[in-house]
Amino acid sequence: MSAAAQGTSKAAHGDVAPKKKKGPGALATAYLVIYNVVMTAGWLVIAVGLVRAYVARGSYHGLYYSIEKPLKFFQTGALLEILHCAVGIVPSSVVLTGFQVLSRVFLTWAVTHSVREVQSEDSVLLFVTAWTVTEIIRYSFYTFSLLNHLPYLIKWARYTFFILLYPMGVTGELLTIYAALPYVQKTGLYSVTLPNKYNFSFDYYTFLILIMISYIPRKSIGRLHFPLQKSAIRKTGYTG
Amino acid sequence: MSSREQLCFLDKVEPHSTIGDIKSLFYKLYPRWYPARQSLTLDPKGKFLRDEEILQSLPVGTTATMYFKDLGPQLGWTTVFFAENIGPLLIYLLFYFRVPYIYSDRCAFTSSPHKVVTMACVCHTFHYLKRLIETIFVHRFSHGSMPLRTIVKNCLYYWGFSAWLAYYINHPLYTPPCKSFYFHPSLACSRFLLQICEMGNFSIHLSLSHLRGDRSRGRRFPVPSKNPFTWLFFFVSCPNHTYEVGTWVSFSIMTQCLPVAVFTVLGFIQMTVWAKGKHRAYVREFKDYPAVRVAIIPLIL
Repeated sequence: MSAAAQGTSKAAHGDVAPKKKKGPGALATAYLVIYNVVMTAGWLVIAVGLVRAYVARGSYHGLYYSIEKPLKFFQTGALLEILHCAVGIVPSSVVLTGFQVLSRVFLTWAVTHSVREVQSEDSVLLFVTAWTVTEIIRYSFYTFSLLNHLPYLIKWARYTFFILLYPMGVTGELLTIYAALPYVQKTGLYSVTLPNKYNFSFDYYTFLILIMISYIPRKSIGRLHFPLQKSAIRKTGYTG
Repeated sequence: MSSREQLCFLDKVEPHSTIGDIKSLFYKLYPRWYPARQSLTLDPKGKFLRDEEILQSLPVGTTATMYFKDLGPQLGWTTVFFAENIGPLLIYLLFYFRVPYIYSDRCAFTSSPHKVVTMACVCHTFHYLKRLIETIFVHRFSHGSMPLRTIVKNCLYYWGFSAWLAYYINHPLYTPPCKSFYFHPSLACSRFLLQICEMGNFSIHLSLSHLRGDRSRGRRFPVPSKNPFTWLFFFVSCPNHTYEVGTWVSFSIMTQCLPVAVFTVLGFIQMTVWAKGKHRAYVREFKDYPAVRVAIIPLIL
């Protein structure tokens, strides 16, 4: 009797069959197509709103106010994507998607909305523009993918624009949080001090600083995500 | 395992050898993969083979093909549990005695005047001492070891939380639930409940340990014994977790500190997951498993 640990013959390169994705059913696909179309439209509205306001005013200051409501609506709506992953109709990790969406929602509501003084900052325009272009490409990418008809242009745009948009968005976000710091410290926004009945304290100012520091590891990992995905796709020839 | 290359060919292995023996043979060829790090399966996606299994009883012919996976550096369960519990024990005391640099300089090396703070320290310290003693003398662990990454993660969790809650309880600005400790009913109740739960938890651990030790009568599921604390076995599969949740709920009531409540909730969620898994395993393994039992909360969960 002998025992061996051996390889199988499937190890040839380029011979890897595409993983059979457990795709969503017809109803789920229809829903997702509608969702992604609506989101694409929503972010297009924001884009158009930005352009129109810029043309009307002649300057790019304070453009946030012209798209405040649709931005809040559609960015918050992205929370549904966490549900999509949890239910299984989208093959992404709940945790990863959760982090991404919550980070955006945090910036929209807990920083930009809550600290009025930063709303006229240029850094807000910086990240709003980055988000808008990214999301229009991303949602149209998903729409076409679901319909199994992805134009190469969209795929190219997604992976290429990312190189510029990602640092642009991160910079805008960091600068906005940084701009909010003095106001948060002065007003004690969202902070709880001792003594109190529940023996708990929370300093939002310190929390924001920790968030800024966390951008270093979080965004470096995110920065690598697309280049890695792109090279993986190139290697296997498999297009999702 | 993802490389799928042939690692070795073991010749003339006896049919009555166990997986443990195979792992030792493998270890001789590859000294850096000690047996605890090896995971052998008959199928790339299958469950790993236990050390006690005998070659003859496996679905293999005269040649057996096994897939190897490196589980990474391993640490014994006793080491892991010890590290997880010594941290909170000592960290809490650092805060209780107000070691410098935690609170303002004026308060260094003082202690809170509130009796409830002292009582909380005694309860917390006792809790972790009990866990350490159980780790050394009572628990019998099933798998030999745990990956290194897990111990780091677990220690961060336990140590971090104990620092967080100790900070507030021992803070100079701590607000006690009431002025006089001994006469307030809710505090007396929480202290009593805490002691009951600690005794209950210990009884269950002893009972489980005896069950493990007494393998002569085959695998059995735990049942209530003469000890009244074990009567919770009538209702739940994992009364040790039930009692543990009870301990932390009592501690939350005693200290009225939000971080303690948060820790209690998180612990409850984690223990429910564990209890449900254990409950499912019991139901699958034992056909005569009592139907009235649920996982962790009698009649509910």
